[in-house]
Amino acid sequence: MSKNINLTLKVWRQKDATAKGAFEDYKVADVSTDSSFLEMMDVLNEQLVNEGKEPVAFDHDCREGICGMCSMYINGRAHGPDTLIPTCQLHMRKFGDGETITIEPWRAGGFPVIKDLMVDRSAFDKILQAGGFISINTGGVPDANAIPIPKVDADEAMDAASCIGCGACVATCKNSSAMLFVSAKVSQLALLPQGKVEASRRAINMVATMDRLGFGNCTNTGACEVECPKGISIAHIARLNREFLVASVKNL
Amino acid sequence: MSGFLKSSVGQKFLMSVTGLFLIVFLAVHLTANLFLLFGDNAFNTVSHFMETNPLIQIMQPVLALGFIIHMIYAAILTLQNMKARPQSYNKFEQGHSSTWASRNMFILGALVLIFLVIHIMNFFWKMKVSGSPLLAEVDVDGVMMHNSYALVAGLFTNADFGLVYSIFYVLGAIFLGLHLHHAFWSALQTFGWSNNVWRKRLEVVGDVYAVIIAAGFSIIPLYFLIFM
Repeated sequence: MSKNINLTLKVWRQKDATAKGAFEDYKVADVSTDSSFLEMMDVLNEQLVNEGKEPVAFDHDCREGICGMCSMYINGRAHGPDTLIPTCQLHMRKFGDGETITIEPWRAGGFPVIKDLMVDRSAFDKILQAGGFISINTGGVPDANAIPIPKVDADEAMDAASCIGCGACVATCKNSSAMLFVSAKVSQLALLPQGKVEASRRAINMVATMDRLGFGNCTNTGACEVECPKGISIAHIARLNREFLVASVKNL
Repeated sequence: MSGFLKSSVGQKFLMSVTGLFLIVFLAVHLTANLFLLFGDNAFNTVSHFMETNPLIQIMQPVLALGFIIHMIYAAILTLQNMKARPQSYNKFEQGHSSTWASRNMFILGALVLIFLVIHIMNFFWKMKVSGSPLLAEVDVDGVMMHNSYALVAGLFTNADFGLVYSIFYVLGAIFLGLHLHHAFWSALQTFGWSNNVWRKRLEVVGDVYAVIIAAGFSIIPLYFLIFM
């Protein structure tokens, strides 16, 4: 059942990282409810270009929910009013005719705005560089089945590895905490034998980097796991805490 | 060690340890207080035990330290959290993804602190420092002791302020209960003792405990207000 709706968009416009920024209202008419949110943004931008105005800058890449580039805060929620999806998988059928949609960038000290709705998420790369890897022994390719791993552990590590690093957890957390992201990146390695070598260094260094980059402290509200497009559980945060505390005791 | 106490997880660990310690204290405190419902001799005997038992005397400064550490780190962590989002959202929907109590632990804690200060002035200060004519020594089974029961009863049955104090104490208990709703499981999550199975169990245990504490402490002023 396709129909067309008219919308008012309240979009955050900011010229560059240092500019002050403000909301601007735009009217978009005849938007198909079958279109995706990003397609609707494309329609808006085409309209702006035709009017000789600067189009709205927003992050996107694969548009199939796996790259983690989209990052819009839509009507007060990360990735908009739907669950278990990033913005590119959000459809206009979630909105009503005549509705005003507020679109903001991720708001966090760790994610400064680059322009309009784009934010700099390289803080996540820095956290990964601090310990989100395993040592590789060069030489012949080892046999895939040489190291037995229980199915339960493999599944849970895979669940953690499904994190696409979009930053919705930080954006939605009232404290701008990056604990869900860090815990997913620690869990995906901590559960596997290959990750044991650097286990204690990893937990300590990744948490230290996270703290240094200005993310807040987790207060276990659980909002992150609700808004995570991949449904990463905060049970991983408990595992990160465990890894961190064990590593701290070992380092005494 | 200094690195540990500077890290976010380390500071939260201190919050959790002191929080769990305060949770245990609440159980002891409520148990002693419920003797108020069994009359003056029963409560005065318990109160006398609390005033004279050496272990309790040792634990008193430790308890004060527990409160202070819990409050200092709550302030430090909350300040950091406020700084972590320099520009706030125009529209920020949180109701569907987290509980009100979990988002407002600092405010609930501050309300409990206000209650605590007045509560200490009402009882602890009078028993330990300033004294009160109501506390005149009484003889219970041949032992002379403070009439603590009269001090408590005097507050809640006071003709002018009894009702105000009763409402204030019930409110204090409710704020404490809301604080505890998010406290217990959250502390264990910070220790790393949680997963998708245990989380539900810990939340149930925490909620049952929160209700027992809030209801238990509310019963006392209500009992004096209604039956005395």
